[in-house]
Amino acid sequence: MSAPAIPSTEPASAPAAPPPVETLTVKVNGKTLQVPKTMPDWQGKPQATTMLQAARCAGVDIPHYCYHDKLPVAGNCRMCLVEFGTPMMGPDRKPVLNEDGSPKIAKSVLPYEPGTPRGAIACATPISPGMEIYADSPATKQMREAVLESLLINHPLDCPICDQAGECKLQEYSVQHGQAGSRFVEAKVHKPKAVDLGPRIVLDDERCILCTRCIRFTKDIVGDDALGIVNRGSYNTIAAWKEGAFDNNYTLNTVDLCPVGALTSKDFRFKMRVWFLKETKSVCTSCGTGCSITIGSREGAIQRYEPRENDAVNGPWMCDSGRLNYQWVGRGDRLKDVRVGGLRSTWTAALKEVSAKLASAPQGSVAIIASARQTTEELFLLKKLADKLGARTASVARIGEADKLLVAADKNPNTNGARLNGFAAADLSKVAAGIAAGSIKTLIVFGEDVTKHGIGSDLLAKLETLVVSDILPNATTAAATHLLPGAAHAEKRGTFVNVKGRLQKFIKAVEAPGDARAEWEFLHDIVLGVTGQDGFVSIEGLFNQMAKEVPAFAGLEWSKVGDTGVNVPL
Amino acid sequence: MDALKYLDPTVQFLLFSVLKIAVVFGVTMTFVAYAVLVERKVSAWIQDRVGPNRTAPPMVEFIPVLGPFLTRLGVFQPMADGLKFLLKEDFTPSYVRTVYFWLAPAIAVIPAFMTLAVIPFGSTLGNPDNKMVIADLNVGILYTFGIVSLGVYGIVLAGYAANSKYPFLGGIRSSAQMISYEIAMGMSVVSIFMLVGDLNLSKVVEYQAHGGWLVLKQPVAFVIFLVAAFAETNRLPFDLPESESELVGGYHTEYSSMKFALFFLGEYANMIASSAMMVTLFFGGWSLPFLGEPADGLLGGILHIGIFVAKMAAFMVLFIWVRWMFPRFRYDQLMDLGWRRFIPLALANILVTALVVAFTNR
Amino acid sequence: MSTKVVERKPLTAYERTYLPSFLGGLSVTWKHFKKTAPFLGNKPITMEYPEQKWVVPEGYRGAPYLVKDQDGATKCVSCQLCEFVCPPKAIRITPPGQDGKPADRSNAEKMPKEFEINMLRCIFCGLCQEVCPEEAIFLQKDYSLTGTSREEMIYDKEKLLKLGGTHAGIQKWKHKLEEASEQEVFPLTTT
Repeated sequence: MSAPAIPSTEPASAPAAPPPVETLTVKVNGKTLQVPKTMPDWQGKPQATTMLQAARCAGVDIPHYCYHDKLPVAGNCRMCLVEFGTPMMGPDRKPVLNEDGSPKIAKSVLPYEPGTPRGAIACATPISPGMEIYADSPATKQMREAVLESLLINHPLDCPICDQAGECKLQEYSVQHGQAGSRFVEAKVHKPKAVDLGPRIVLDDERCILCTRCIRFTKDIVGDDALGIVNRGSYNTIAAWKEGAFDNNYTLNTVDLCPVGALTSKDFRFKMRVWFLKETKSVCTSCGTGCSITIGSREGAIQRYEPRENDAVNGPWMCDSGRLNYQWVGRGDRLKDVRVGGLRSTWTAALKEVSAKLASAPQGSVAIIASARQTTEELFLLKKLADKLGARTASVARIGEADKLLVAADKNPNTNGARLNGFAAADLSKVAAGIAAGSIKTLIVFGEDVTKHGIGSDLLAKLETLVVSDILPNATTAAATHLLPGAAHAEKRGTFVNVKGRLQKFIKAVEAPGDARAEWEFLHDIVLGVTGQDGFVSIEGLFNQMAKEVPAFAGLEWSKVGDTGVNVPL
Repeated sequence: MDALKYLDPTVQFLLFSVLKIAVVFGVTMTFVAYAVLVERKVSAWIQDRVGPNRTAPPMVEFIPVLGPFLTRLGVFQPMADGLKFLLKEDFTPSYVRTVYFWLAPAIAVIPAFMTLAVIPFGSTLGNPDNKMVIADLNVGILYTFGIVSLGVYGIVLAGYAANSKYPFLGGIRSSAQMISYEIAMGMSVVSIFMLVGDLNLSKVVEYQAHGGWLVLKQPVAFVIFLVAAFAETNRLPFDLPESESELVGGYHTEYSSMKFALFFLGEYANMIASSAMMVTLFFGGWSLPFLGEPADGLLGGILHIGIFVAKMAAFMVLFIWVRWMFPRFRYDQLMDLGWRRFIPLALANILVTALVVAFTNR
Repeated sequence: MSTKVVERKPLTAYERTYLPSFLGGLSVTWKHFKKTAPFLGNKPITMEYPEQKWVVPEGYRGAPYLVKDQDGATKCVSCQLCEFVCPPKAIRITPPGQDGKPADRSNAEKMPKEFEINMLRCIFCGLCQEVCPEEAIFLQKDYSLTGTSREEMIYDKEKLLKLGGTHAGIQKWKHKLEEASEQEVFPLTTT
């Protein structure tokens, strides 16, 4: 069902899709397989397949630090060294055969010392026909062990303090491939710690293994050549060109990229150990791009956002502003109580009253202001309500600045979801006029502070009924006759449709505070009370019902929308 | 004392009776309290423990030697226990049948004390007319069995009123158990009265004072009576109505404070009554082999009472000791023992006794 | 695993009289009674606990407390491994966060903002001590912890450090600082 233009969401290493590809035959750990001759590089351009990619095709993961699918190959960490062999060529340029007829393999050895195996870095060595890769051979293991030992010589081993502990490649590879003890008895080289690299990044030079992922990222992906290596030999350190100058909207990606704990986020610094975090797949709501994210939460408190790889949307990156835009979810002044006429009430009573009022409202006397920050399912329910009541509808557009990489100009996460459900972005002047003229007596507002968009408090005061659902308090919620506290995206399930028409679902990470409930839950009750239509009480059912009724979503099913989403026609 | 002689004989009788009731009741209550202490101490020693050795009223520790000694002996423990029972929150769960819930403890404790009315706990005191029995009934033993069978009502009612499953199971078990063993118990004493020829318990004692203890003449009856007494008092190894490990305490699970204490009191009073019955029926009551004549002085009277109490105490210790000797019977074993062993045995005993009595022509 | 059916032998006529079990019970109970009852001339064989205190052996696993190093600084760096490993979840650590107070000892960047052990939950298993990479928490000899409320039984950092005392050991962070100073690199300026 997905449109053909979508790039594959599989890891770049997987064998490319149907059109006949030229393949080579290689052997990985004794297993013969066909691999494509070329594979996309970090920019997606076809390049000769490397040993690392070939090994991945065989399901063998070769350890690496500096290599990253989406970054230029540097080949400086040496962790991916493997022993390999190529078919031996006779003087007649023909393969030399063994007695059984199989080609004779020449193992890679030092040219001047044929007894010593000579590894090659898997990340940058292209494969050749008949090549054999020995990812588990004793020589390969020995090389890995030696590389790790070398990387750890000056490492401070301060894992108990380090924020990376638990998701640190150095820890993982030390366990998998390293030695148990250290043979290093000399004094370690000490380097500066807690260096202020930029407003959001702290650098610990002692922990750095100089893989240069961060340098390559900021230079080649972001285009902000702010980082580099200074000093020589053991004193090599990463540095910004000026202290604190590593400041663009994508700096925090280097924290994810850094395989060790050298670059850490100031926001997440010493905040929580990663092994406590419950990881939930979600979507960023800061702009229309809708980057796939992983919410790290513990005991109902969100601790951090991390980008989740989704080549159809954000690749492996996300912007800093989106990443740090999570604190509001746990704010103390969140709306927690259902209020009717300013007094605390219960859901049952409030919903009954709202339903009764709406059911008895004359056609055309109701206006609904939806928000493109609501989920598609909620907008679907709201539209049902609007149709039944003959209500005037509007939603607020938010336009900001876009950048070259990820940030979209549309600051609403679900503008397309709203549009597909029939809520076009429109200014609220007509609604304001209706209220002023007295034709609109009931206003339903979801997730917007209408006082900032042309319906002032004086107009709100003229209304008979003002039903407001929001997450945080504002002037509109203060004026509400019926206040229904809603849930943030991290507190419910649902879908957003991003600016490019990618529909992504997100999962509940934490509980909503107090009495707050997911909007679709109580909207279902209101729709039931007003129209008598009993829809689904689960998000799966609701989504599937929407897919049946809204043409753009035709054929979709909640369970079939994968973690990276599907494209819908706009 | 002289003033008393001028009183109307009826008034005199009433006065003495009230006095005897008061004394018997007081002594029994004390006996119950200290039986609990003895139980705790003996149990502790059997289990290599120390038992209650801390409780003491203020200042007792300053009495040289005696104070610490009494404290370690646990003499003050019953007082603390009593106080605790009085002061604890008297909690009535919301789901109980309130009237019966309140009635049950009283019904459990009253029959236990009423049994004591017909027990001759001494010969005479001071005056040959002053018999040391509250009610010298001619149908003493019938009265006893009548009252004892009332005791089951308290327990059944408690189990029913608590309206909860464990007490209910406890109540059911106890009714079946007590009814079964009452039959064996009643039949076992029939042979005694065949020998004595009178239902008055004082006469039974008199018979034994002259003719030797009945335990020697009726050992089978004694064994049946003893075992049945354990079952009637819900003591181990027949404590199925309140077996802690399976019924959380049985019929009194839902009770607290003084109401619980009444059940406790009833159980121990029952033990005392059973002991007194056994002493009276089988062990010569207040008499010893060489002290068979009713006392003619105050001193002799008190001695007789002392003998009776000592015998009773011995039976109490037996009750306590047996608790640690046997595991609890399974319910089917209990029923089997009661109906298929003891009742036939008691019947056979009656038959044999009848034959012996008939042939010896007494 | 095969099962073995143990046959229950029928009771003999003698056993069915309950006499042997009566005698057995009597002999067992009497033996103990004779050994314990004080009026038979026995000395108490139990320890009179609150008056007589037990000598706690070395290696005893009592209550876990935090320790300080020989310079009087908090050893814990808030790595939260103990919190993670704690089977009854008795430990709760509040990490310092980015704005938290730096460690009170040289060169260690971090110390817990709050460290709580709920002694009502603690099962004295010693996994926290075993997992601690900083030798900052030790099961000590206290075994009788009492309080009048649940809150009182949650020991906070201050209390744990006070009860824990000092545990001298290798001061690895201090050592690192000295090494760095010799190399004229001054990595951190805490304390």
